Amino acid sequence: MIYLDNAATTKTAPEVVDAMIPYFGELYGNPSSIYEIAGKSKEAVDKGRSQIADVLGVSPEEIYFTAGGSESDNWAIIAAFESCKSRGNHIITTKIEHHAVLHTCEYLERERGAKVTYLDVDEKGMVDPKELERAITPETILISVMYANNEIGTIEPIQDIGKIAKEHEILFHTDAVQAFCQVSIDVAACNIDMLSSSGHKINGPKGIGFLYIRRGVKIHSLIHGGAQERKRRAGTENVPAIVGYGVAASRAWNSMESRTKKEVQLRDYMIDRILREIPYCRLNGDRVRRLPNNVNISFQFVEGESLLIMLDMEGIAASSGSACTSGSLDPSHVLLAIGLTHETAHGSLRMTLGEDTTKEDIDITVEKIKAIVKRLRSMSPLYEDFMKKQH
Amino acid sequence: MSKKVVVGMSGGVDSSVAAYLLKEQGYDVIGVTMQIWQDEDECSLEENGGCCGLSAVEDARKVARVLDIPYYVMNFKEEFQRDVIEYFKYEYLHGRTPNPCIACNRYVKWEALLQRSLAIGADYIATGHYAQIAHLPGGRYAIQNSVTSAKDQTYALYNLTQEQLARTLMPVGAYHKDQIREIASQIRLPVAHKKDSQEICFVPDHDYASFIENETGKEMPEGNFVDTSGRVIGRHHGITHYTVGQRRGLGIAAGKRIFVLEIRPETNEVVIGDESDVFSHTVRADKLNFMGIEDLPIGKSMDFTGKIRYGHKGASCTAKRTGEDELTCYFPESVRAVTPGQALVLYKDGYVAAGGTIL
Repeated sequence: MIYLDNAATTKTAPEVVDAMIPYFGELYGNPSSIYEIAGKSKEAVDKGRSQIADVLGVSPEEIYFTAGGSESDNWAIIAAFESCKSRGNHIITTKIEHHAVLHTCEYLERERGAKVTYLDVDEKGMVDPKELERAITPETILISVMYANNEIGTIEPIQDIGKIAKEHEILFHTDAVQAFCQVSIDVAACNIDMLSSSGHKINGPKGIGFLYIRRGVKIHSLIHGGAQERKRRAGTENVPAIVGYGVAASRAWNSMESRTKKEVQLRDYMIDRILREIPYCRLNGDRVRRLPNNVNISFQFVEGESLLIMLDMEGIAASSGSACTSGSLDPSHVLLAIGLTHETAHGSLRMTLGEDTTKEDIDITVEKIKAIVKRLRSMSPLYEDFMKKQH
Repeated sequence: MSKKVVVGMSGGVDSSVAAYLLKEQGYDVIGVTMQIWQDEDECSLEENGGCCGLSAVEDARKVARVLDIPYYVMNFKEEFQRDVIEYFKYEYLHGRTPNPCIACNRYVKWEALLQRSLAIGADYIATGHYAQIAHLPGGRYAIQNSVTSAKDQTYALYNLTQEQLARTLMPVGAYHKDQIREIASQIRLPVAHKKDSQEICFVPDHDYASFIENETGKEMPEGNFVDTSGRVIGRHHGITHYTVGQRRGLGIAAGKRIFVLEIRPETNEVVIGDESDVFSHTVRADKLNFMGIEDLPIGKSMDFTGKIRYGHKGASCTAKRTGEDELTCYFPESVRAVTPGQALVLYKDGYVAAGGTIL
């Protein structure tokens, strides 16, 4: 199998698995208890938290573990809204956020009287900070803009946005699920108040994430109960996952420079080959301000779903659009937001490289895509009409 | 190389065994569930039934795993919206009673699924219908009920084209329903024992009028009930609430059994009459599809067994081609409640010969 869906999830690294195993077995203590075995668990949780804090350049007390990126996004947005609603009810976000942000904002609009501005993006998927600033009203209490887009890989001007948020004294949250350990993040320079991340995107375990909450930011809990996570997130800690997350973060951070350098080379090689060798296709997202591992291409006159199924039959795992509840594909809201037609959005393919991806993988994949696209186009009435008009 | 077939799977017994039988017969089988229904919210996911809901996906995926065949969900939401729901609304708003299953079969389940299946390299599509596709001596394909089927599995398929039939397999049509159940239990298929539903899958509570009002965002205007002489005899709640032949729910105290005879969208009237008025001898149809017979030349007549709705047991009739796209069918024994928008399906020797939409 050639796995090119690392934005969906990554392979859990062997050293991550090894580090976790004892905490499933003999080291089963509850970190909140007082006896020795519990102490071991507590120590492990503290270590995981420190490892992550080091990578992000923040203090461990600012890292709060959650069950994943979606919970972190939900928490940041709902709790910020609740905590600030005496000052206003307006949230600014973008049309290309992950559904964990978009659907949470829609929920607040529907059920809690929030007013939400969903900013447009340009054809590369970039948010315009000036437009964001114009959207600010006296009621604005939260800005949430993703660090980098999960579908088209565009890296947003987070530092400019953070500066604006700070000038206007508005809380700033960023969903960094795709960016953490892929690009260097300076939370202080970017004035980030809250940041979401997820373990399984960086060769760590699933079911674990964190929300960074800058010291001094006062937001309430989302999950109520015990006093874990400095009383801000109840529930017995997922000790093995926290251990694995810590190891994964350190590991990904240490390898980031060399890994992303390699990925950028392979990414650009793949993009160049596809654009050169397959007619009527386009790259989605910004060519340069782009996640190191993201390739997203629209093929005209091709049904993305058929392309994906045929790639799967050839043992190549890729993705397209946003997976809906059933696993079938809707046209991506991100691709529609950057101005693609429904048809073009339907014919899109996302391939996200990982630390194990080789040049050979890329070459095989490009050859398969060429053959499949040719076949699908040969059966497309739209393509036939188009070709007739060309002559 | 073995032939590739895409089996439309609902997670139920019939389509699951269809996939199994084809695999046994040496086909390269790919399971597919069609996602057709639109966004489902958290609460409606729980109760969603039908052949293509989320529970169908989960059930079908389990079956595919047991059969060890590749399985995919294909998205046909846009096609379903355009070719079934829009059509359904349009017909009701124009005073007709549509049969969305026929449209779904022709345009979504066959046209769209077949096209995508061929695109991914399949030679055929297959379904779990208890029907057989006969290759007639003249070279044409026609659908016939399997002899043992209690339910009519042909009426809603009358509109399939020859190209579609040539690429279709219905492997359970060779068996009795009990045999299929037995095979399912022998091979321990984790099939869902769903109850057969006659409901329209996207209007689960049967309330078509509210569905159309919700979809169009406007309330249907009230209007007059009139009798056959045009005399106003009461007020109706909007034409989408009524269908030809309907007796209940009219809210008119007439002192006798009265029925809906006709819906007139242009004047927003619903015509009411006696039981005897509900019967007629003549049925006209357009949007013709010829299946078992190639054509019926204009002016020519032929004898058939005709069905005017799903559930109608069929009656002898003579059909005459009265226009480029029109048949006029004469039933010597009058038929009850001929309903515009429903299908007239004509059978010859048990095969579907032709059909059209009742005018």
